Amino acid sequence: MSDPGGTVRRLARRTLRTCLRGMALAFTAVACLPLFVFALVSVVMVASGIGLVIAPKMLLAVRWQADLERRRALEWSGVTIAAPYRPEPTTGNRLVRGFRRGMWVLRDPATWRDLLWTVAGVPVSLVLGLAPAALVGFGVWNLVVDIGTLFYGWYHVAPNGFTLQLFFLWMLPLAVFCGPWFLRMHARIASSLLAPTRTEMATRVTQLTESRSVAVDSSAAELRRIERDLHDGAQARLVALGMNIGLAEQVVRDDPELALTLLAEARAASGEALSELRALVRGIHPPVLAERGLDGAVCALALSLPLHVDVHINLPGRGSAPVESAAYFVIAEALTNVVKHSGATRAWVQLEYEPGKLVAIVGDNGTGGAVPRADGGLRGIERRLSAFDGMVAVTSPIGGPTQVTMELPCELSLART
Amino acid sequence: MRVVLGEDLTLLRDGLIRLLTAYDMEVVAAVDSGPELLRALITHRPDVAVVDVRLPPTFTDEGLRAAVQARAQLPGLPVLVLSQHVEQLYAKELLSAGTGGLGYLLKDRVSDVRRFIEAVRTVAAGGTAMDPEVVSQLLARHARDDQLSRLTPRERDVLALMAEGHSNAGIAARLVVTEKAIDKHIGNIFAKLDLYPGEDANRRVLAVLTYLNA
Repeated sequence: MSDPGGTVRRLARRTLRTCLRGMALAFTAVACLPLFVFALVSVVMVASGIGLVIAPKMLLAVRWQADLERRRALEWSGVTIAAPYRPEPTTGNRLVRGFRRGMWVLRDPATWRDLLWTVAGVPVSLVLGLAPAALVGFGVWNLVVDIGTLFYGWYHVAPNGFTLQLFFLWMLPLAVFCGPWFLRMHARIASSLLAPTRTEMATRVTQLTESRSVAVDSSAAELRRIERDLHDGAQARLVALGMNIGLAEQVVRDDPELALTLLAEARAASGEALSELRALVRGIHPPVLAERGLDGAVCALALSLPLHVDVHINLPGRGSAPVESAAYFVIAEALTNVVKHSGATRAWVQLEYEPGKLVAIVGDNGTGGAVPRADGGLRGIERRLSAFDGMVAVTSPIGGPTQVTMELPCELSLART
Repeated sequence: MRVVLGEDLTLLRDGLIRLLTAYDMEVVAAVDSGPELLRALITHRPDVAVVDVRLPPTFTDEGLRAAVQARAQLPGLPVLVLSQHVEQLYAKELLSAGTGGLGYLLKDRVSDVRRFIEAVRTVAAGGTAMDPEVVSQLLARHARDDQLSRLTPRERDVLALMAEGHSNAGIAARLVVTEKAIDKHIGNIFAKLDLYPGEDANRRVLAVLTYLNA
């Protein structure tokens, strides 16, 4: 170490941080204990009916605490604990959805393991959370006493408390070097209840396999479409173009009039080929998305539509290319639906980043009553989002307004371009 | 007429140089990247710049940015922007300075040589030359707008053709009417858009800008 002072400072800071984090863990565990009681009572009341309304809310609060523990485990100890919950139901109208949400919370075994953790986690959090702070406390207190004894005279105390004193003296280095280990231990134990079980993992694998095969299928279908478009469109036109120019070359001396006509036709064919290629390129990856990123592309999209679209975008950074492309296309699809079906005079797009996901809302003041059809745009949106574990929800009462909410789980890179 | 050219594809750059030279224009600089373009525009102060949107080093909208920056430093610097695709967003950004001397065309339009040269000259003279695709999208978008709804369909056609950069004679030929009729339409357009008598070329640009910025 070239800078011993710096190292000491660094260690001191780390130890202090560990102590504070441990205390936070212990505090949360104790503070959330009433939650366990309330949740339990509300679950018991499910039989009487009132609980059916309250229990899901209480259990969601428990879930919130479990999520906090998961986040802390990742941020403080680097232990990843995946969320084990089943996907949230999004279909149906308000009442039906509320009921389905309740059942979704109540029937998920992960909910009950979370609840167990709110009580079982208390002793674990108290012991392991307070350990670093306790070690530091004892060590420092002992050190202070030792310095006192040095002045008082070593031989007065040393003989009878010597081993004990050695034991206490070791506590400070123990806290410094093993403090993070306590937190890691806590995270591991929490993981045993808060992480998905084997069956849940198996269900998840099935889900992923399904969404992957959908993604692979649709990308293969996309490539087939592009191939066909190129083959029947631009390629054919270029062949005709070459033919016309060749003919013009042959007849230019004998029949300049015909040559001119052929050349004019060739020019027209080149223009058509170009506009077909342009449409194709837009369908693959819109140039403006490459040039301006998602927010620029959505603004450009809004400007190109034949109705007024309000755009509110608040993104702290850029997503990966597949995420941006998927987000762009689902927004484009939703706006296309607005133009085609809603009869709206105004539409709005709201695009924001919430921790862990992009949320896009596309709304319009049209007639409402949108129903997802098997071949409709909403299905396309669903397909695109499923590859990212995203989801789409539609509210569209008769008479409007229609609102399509789309979520796309992702991380953003903070560097803005 | 002195021209600065910003285009990174050699084939197109050489073609454009040949084209412009054939119509008595002098290409004083032909560059192939954004930063070089900005430098060339500032040092040469050309009569008109012909610029590709996408240029190295990032291959995004380097050319467009260089053009907007150069126009911020040299207000009214005539720029004709070429691109493989047209976006209302870019048109709006280019027009936001509120001055003429602007063109924004699809690259395909180069193949109609006479039209293209006309556009270059219009822009150099301080007019506007917008791609028909931009204009038609605007037309669809603003069909219900207040100020523009005061115009008759015919007047709107005339304004659209003005935005594309046609001269009065050109508009008359396209709409198959006399130039005098066009003069009358244009007078009406000026009146309806609250553009009071002044220098005619300037009012023309203002009318087009009102229309495009609507």
